[in-house]
Amino acid sequence: MDLVQMQKSLQDYTKSLFLEGILDSQFLQLQQLQDESNPDFVSQVVTLFFQDSDRILNDLSLSLDQQVVDFKKVDPHVHQLKGSSSSIGAQRVKNACVVFRSFCEQQNVEACHRCLQQVKQEYYLVKNRLETLFKLEQQIVASGGMIPPVELGF
Amino acid sequence: MEVCNCIEPQWPADELLMKYQYISDFFIAIAYFSIPLELIYFVKKSAVFPYRWVLVQFGAFIVLCGATHLINLWTFTTHSRTVALVMTTAKVLTAVVSCATALMLVHIIPDLLSVKTRELFLKNKAAELDREMGLIRTQEETGRHVRMLTHEIRSTLDRHTILKTTLVELGRTLALEECALWMPTRTGLELQLSYTLRHQHPVEYTVPIQLPVINQVFGTSRAVKISPNSPVARLRPVSGKYMLGEVVAVRVPLLHLSNFQINDWPELSTKRYALMVLMLPSDSARQWHVHELELVEVVADQVAVALSHAAILEESMRARDLLMEQNVALDLARREAETAIRARNDFLAVMNHEMRTPMHAIIALSSLLQETELTPEQRLMVETILKSSNLLATLMNDVLDLSRLEDGSLQLELGTFNLHTLFREVLNLIKPIAVVKKLPITLNLAPDLPEFVVGDEKRLMQIILNIVGNAVKFSKQGSISVAALVTKSDTRAADFFVVPTGSHFYLRVKVKDSGAGINPQDIPKLFTKFAQTQSLATRSSGGSGLGLAISKRFVNLMEGNIWIESDGLGKGCTAIFDVKLGISERSNESKQSGIPKVPAIPRHSSFTGLKVLVMDENGVSRMVTKGLLVHLGCEVTTVSSNEECLRVVSHEHKVVFMDVCMPGVENYQIALRIHEKFTKQRHQRPLLVALSGNTDKSTKEKCMSFGLDGVLLKPVSLDHMRDVLSDLLERRVLYEGM
Repeated sequence: MDLVQMQKSLQDYTKSLFLEGILDSQFLQLQQLQDESNPDFVSQVVTLFFQDSDRILNDLSLSLDQQVVDFKKVDPHVHQLKGSSSSIGAQRVKNACVVFRSFCEQQNVEACHRCLQQVKQEYYLVKNRLETLFKLEQQIVASGGMIPPVELGF
Repeated sequence: MEVCNCIEPQWPADELLMKYQYISDFFIAIAYFSIPLELIYFVKKSAVFPYRWVLVQFGAFIVLCGATHLINLWTFTTHSRTVALVMTTAKVLTAVVSCATALMLVHIIPDLLSVKTRELFLKNKAAELDREMGLIRTQEETGRHVRMLTHEIRSTLDRHTILKTTLVELGRTLALEECALWMPTRTGLELQLSYTLRHQHPVEYTVPIQLPVINQVFGTSRAVKISPNSPVARLRPVSGKYMLGEVVAVRVPLLHLSNFQINDWPELSTKRYALMVLMLPSDSARQWHVHELELVEVVADQVAVALSHAAILEESMRARDLLMEQNVALDLARREAETAIRARNDFLAVMNHEMRTPMHAIIALSSLLQETELTPEQRLMVETILKSSNLLATLMNDVLDLSRLEDGSLQLELGTFNLHTLFREVLNLIKPIAVVKKLPITLNLAPDLPEFVVGDEKRLMQIILNIVGNAVKFSKQGSISVAALVTKSDTRAADFFVVPTGSHFYLRVKVKDSGAGINPQDIPKLFTKFAQTQSLATRSSGGSGLGLAISKRFVNLMEGNIWIESDGLGKGCTAIFDVKLGISERSNESKQSGIPKVPAIPRHSSFTGLKVLVMDENGVSRMVTKGLLVHLGCEVTTVSSNEECLRVVSHEHKVVFMDVCMPGVENYQIALRIHEKFTKQRHQRPLLVALSGNTDKSTKEKCMSFGLDGVLLKPVSLDHMRDVLSDLLERRVLYEGM
């Protein structure tokens, strides 16, 4: 695949992420912060996000599998996940967290399990997509090209 | 006479007479002797005899008379001298005593006669007293009856029981044959037979009220004897009795007073009477006695009182029941209204979020798109998309705002802003359309109009935009002029020039257009929601009809007034509104010194070397904020806990950004601790800004109360952070909405 095509497919891919609502404008902000002095900003942040979220999701699963669910412990985790996901612009994850929190307040164990599944689903989705995105970017860089700035031409 | 020795003188024939004399004397003597005995005997028997001396005298007289006659017996024959002597003595004594007695009797007989007279007098007196006692007893009986009747009547407050009891008790007390009560009908023209004691009566048996006998009874408060043949008394079946008993009728006033302290019934205030008719048994030859009539009158009065009490009680019970019903209904209505409001609010809350999110996405991405390289057609297309989506967003906001406005839950977001700039911005927004329509717009700001004011900038802009937009929309030709001036409100003194802090002024904006004008009759409708004047000219233009209604609400919130004046169709119209704004502290210094206005707050474009501290527990979010600030050129230190923050913060840091997303107040307390740390060096304290998930009023209040200098909504965009930092450093305070 030649460079231009790769760049084009990267653009299309990024576009699709926004159109599907997986990412929101916050991600664009992150990308804006990336410059010469800080070339890997986005990937650093995203990697940190993945690490954090994996840990949190694990803890959540453990907490919810207890006989007696301690919602006082569950809620802070969800809150944290919500914060992280909104910081990088993972919109659907954030929305799922919002719903999760409301069920936590109601102390509805059934619904919380369902929410956790939903959150996990969204998270794996965004993780998957972002990893693909980064791979595409790496490919372009490897071919000696520049990652084009975010261009949402229709 | 010769004394002869004849033993037994033969009685000669003419001595027959003497013989009879002899016998008579004898009997007289006996009688004379026995009379005093009888006298003594009977006087001894009677205890009261005041004239014993007379009796003795009388006795003596009689005895002596008897003795005389007895001695006379011996004088028929020849008798000795002794006999003659005794005889003489006796006679003399008798004479004396009889004369004495005769004399005595002259005194005594009048006395005796007068005793008789006194006796007669006393007898009369006794008879009189008896009579009076009889009267008193009757009265006392009557009183007892009245008391008993009253007690019976007043022991209940139920009208029927009262009346029934009255009739029954009266019938019993007075031994009546029949007792009836006639009540006036609703129309007041007839009396209807309501209650009878014994006989069944046909329902709805009425007599007209204007009968002379009835008027006679109603005319006096006393019981009146009426004829047994009058219509009100004709209750009994005619049963062939010869003599109908006497009938008495009395009026019963129907009052509605509860205070009966006045002695006379107020004749004027009542016109309604009921009639009570009482009939004595037929063939009894009984008559109505005065005391019975009095009893009847008293009872009638008592009944009147009891009835009026009963009536009042009925009324108040009815009122109370009505109130209870109303209460229940109101409660239900209130609960329904609350449910409806809650449902509406829930709906709005959801719609708010759901609708705005995609809207913002569209707007954000379109504006980003505008920044990129586009061909002219593409640019035009993107601009159209942007305009349409802005319009749609405004429309949604309008509807949502209006609902919140009506709720009363909308609050103005006050802030300091530049009034002159606001007007110019509005004009810039409108200019394109006006230019297309070839309508020149002129702006005229009064020279004394303050520059920096305190108020709700966004909403004020909304109002001005709406009004000016309407002016442009509804004008086909001519020109539009916008004038802003300071006006005096009625209650304030006219001294706006000394500008100390905290004073207010009233801004008046007049927008005059030369368009189609408005029919003066339609002016009131303009401000109602969704109503539109139906003239052809306006129908083609869009608008939801909400604009003016919302503007009016906002103006009212700003303690102002809005109205439209028009001279009629085709003569254009002027929209005028007044709003109350505060004068900002830092205003007008440049004005007073005469320097031409500095157009805007100088913006720092880079913050190289600015030392800031970021505190956030969430690693990702911390990294993002740091990246943001680094991109802007700051030197960023990050900490991840409150304690670390306290340890690290120093006077070198100019700003501290702290994340307060976690519920609870621990994060806010760090602000207090930082204040404590810098109490000695106030001026070196770094500015404290909270990063929070929402910026509603309660969060802002909380931040202010803990001594934070500002609050920002996460996530923060680059441009926004840039603006925030420069505002912060310029003004040292940042409380604005997002």
